Amino acid sequence: MDAIIIENVSKAYGEIPAVSDVSLSVRPGELFGLIGPDGAGKTTLFKILVTLLLPDKGRATVAGHDVVKDYKALRQLVGYMPGRFSLYPDLSVEENLAFFATVFGTTIKENYHLIQEIYSQLEPFKDRRAGQLSGGMKQKLALCCALIHKPEVLFLDEPTTGVDAVSRKEFWDMLRKLNERGLTTLVSTPYMDEASRCDRIAFMQTGKILAVDQPVAITRRFKKRLYGVRAADTYQLIHDLRLASFTESCYAFGEFLHLTVKSNEVTEQQIGRFLREKNHRNIEIHAIQPGIEDTFMALMTQPEPAA
Amino acid sequence: MNRFIAFVKKEFFHILRDRRTLLILFGLPLAQVLLFGFALTNEIKNAKIAILDNDKSQHSQQITNKLLASGYFQLQENLRSNHDIERAFRKGNIKLAVVFPTGFTANYEHGRSTQIQLLADASEQNTAISLTNYATAIIRDYTAERNPNAQPPLTIDVRSRMVFNPELKGAFVFVPGVMAMVLLLVSALMTSVTIARERETGTLEVLMVSPLTQGQILLGKVVPYLLLSFVNGCIIIALGVFVLHVPLNGSLLLLLSETLLFIFLALSIGIFISSLVDTQLVAMFASLMAMLLPTIFLSGFIFPIESMPKPLQIISNIIPAKYFISIVKGIMIKGAGLQYLWQPTAVLIGMSLFFMGLSLRNLKTRLS
Repeated sequence: MDAIIIENVSKAYGEIPAVSDVSLSVRPGELFGLIGPDGAGKTTLFKILVTLLLPDKGRATVAGHDVVKDYKALRQLVGYMPGRFSLYPDLSVEENLAFFATVFGTTIKENYHLIQEIYSQLEPFKDRRAGQLSGGMKQKLALCCALIHKPEVLFLDEPTTGVDAVSRKEFWDMLRKLNERGLTTLVSTPYMDEASRCDRIAFMQTGKILAVDQPVAITRRFKKRLYGVRAADTYQLIHDLRLASFTESCYAFGEFLHLTVKSNEVTEQQIGRFLREKNHRNIEIHAIQPGIEDTFMALMTQPEPAA
Repeated sequence: MNRFIAFVKKEFFHILRDRRTLLILFGLPLAQVLLFGFALTNEIKNAKIAILDNDKSQHSQQITNKLLASGYFQLQENLRSNHDIERAFRKGNIKLAVVFPTGFTANYEHGRSTQIQLLADASEQNTAISLTNYATAIIRDYTAERNPNAQPPLTIDVRSRMVFNPELKGAFVFVPGVMAMVLLLVSALMTSVTIARERETGTLEVLMVSPLTQGQILLGKVVPYLLLSFVNGCIIIALGVFVLHVPLNGSLLLLLSETLLFIFLALSIGIFISSLVDTQLVAMFASLMAMLLPTIFLSGFIFPIESMPKPLQIISNIIPAKYFISIVKGIMIKGAGLQYLWQPTAVLIGMSLFFMGLSLRNLKTRLS
């Protein structure tokens, strides 16, 4: 049976829908990513799954327990790391960990093997107050606290938001290692580049799931032709391209613009000719493979989800 | 049980590591008791007075000496004429003027009616009333000493006696009031703020997704503050008894039990407030507005309830401090036992149950 099953779950705050009719399942041992911009409903979905919110409609089970009826049993089984830093800043690293261990009826010693790799990095600072740790360190400590009771399913809500690039990479390496030991993990992130590190991902936008697939497979849903375009004046380039008759969409991705064209017949030569007419210099155009972000952008603007 | 102990331990860490909390917890009661006990007293000592002695005789001298020896008055100046009286009052350096008319002694010696004039600066009306009362009492005393047997005909001799507090000491009133105020403030404010803080930092979310029940979380919040507030209560009682010389005529055990009951009530109110608000700031304001101000103004602590307008008198019935103050006064000053205090005690118990019940009803196993 799947570790997380979500069936037609909806949740609204007053009139404003946060999650609308979401169905999703996560297999045991999967590292599953929930990708979407801020306000997509990721956090609301997380809170429903960790029994903090009641769904308005639909049902969900985690590790075989209903999130509404069996919430007490479930609270023993899940590890939850909320989006913002939620440890006690006035307690030391060790005190925080010991507190959460005791609350879940265990000790640091008993489950030390689960967190050893992560905690060994924190140990030199174990007497430091948690509030004085760096962002990356805080997240590692929070992860330790969420892991100390040996959860069956781990929920990490935007664990890498506000963390530097190096710490982010380290954090994902850790998640991967945990996952190799068979821990089912649901992680949400607004960063597209992190999506490729998951087994499967779901795109979420305005409370709906747009697509669910493996990171590589999901890019295959991008059927249109995609070009990387560069020229001397990037600002003018994006302006001109967005007005061009053949353009479907044009977004800036680092030094290149990613240009999606309306018809597959539009060639590099055509685009080049158009740009030269507009007096662009140092023009560079070539066809590229769509990435996850391209796919997400494309799915986002589609009226009907491709899933 | 381990969980619960760990939670209580954590709470103690929070309290002991936050200087602000510590300061409020232990600095506040000390400052309040000493402030109210010494500075904000309505007793009058060494009030400056002026004497206009037109008689300059034995009796006027002796009365003057008796006035000045009482400790209430201090001679600022000897006046020479009626004009000086007004000038001295205008300067504002005297509170009371005593005028002996010419022929004062002569009249007195011959058994004729004689007069002394007391003029008081009534721009401070309470002081003026007290001063004239003190002076009148001293002068009456003087005549009574002189001729103990002489009962002037057709005079009604009013003899009043101040029961329980013959010296009319302000500390008798302030100590119970300060105790109620500090305990309410510390208990209710602190608990409501600490729960709101967990909500703000997001740790409450993590605690909720844990095997800890909401009841355990609440109790874990209450226990440390119950203990600390109780220590606080004892400090205030000790300060009152040993420093401000408030008597402890009744049972100490009863007093401590009633104090515990009141702390429990304050904590219930604190939890109730915290179940309604989301942030520390709101919790703080709610506690201050809902607790501190009514406690100061409507509990009879500073302004007597009997002299309030009827609507305020009715409102004062829902102020917990009112009952606690009357209990503390009853035990400490009147030496009353539970048989006299069961009514306010019952009200406090009822209020505690009410707020605990409300908070338990508001308890959520989930967010929102």
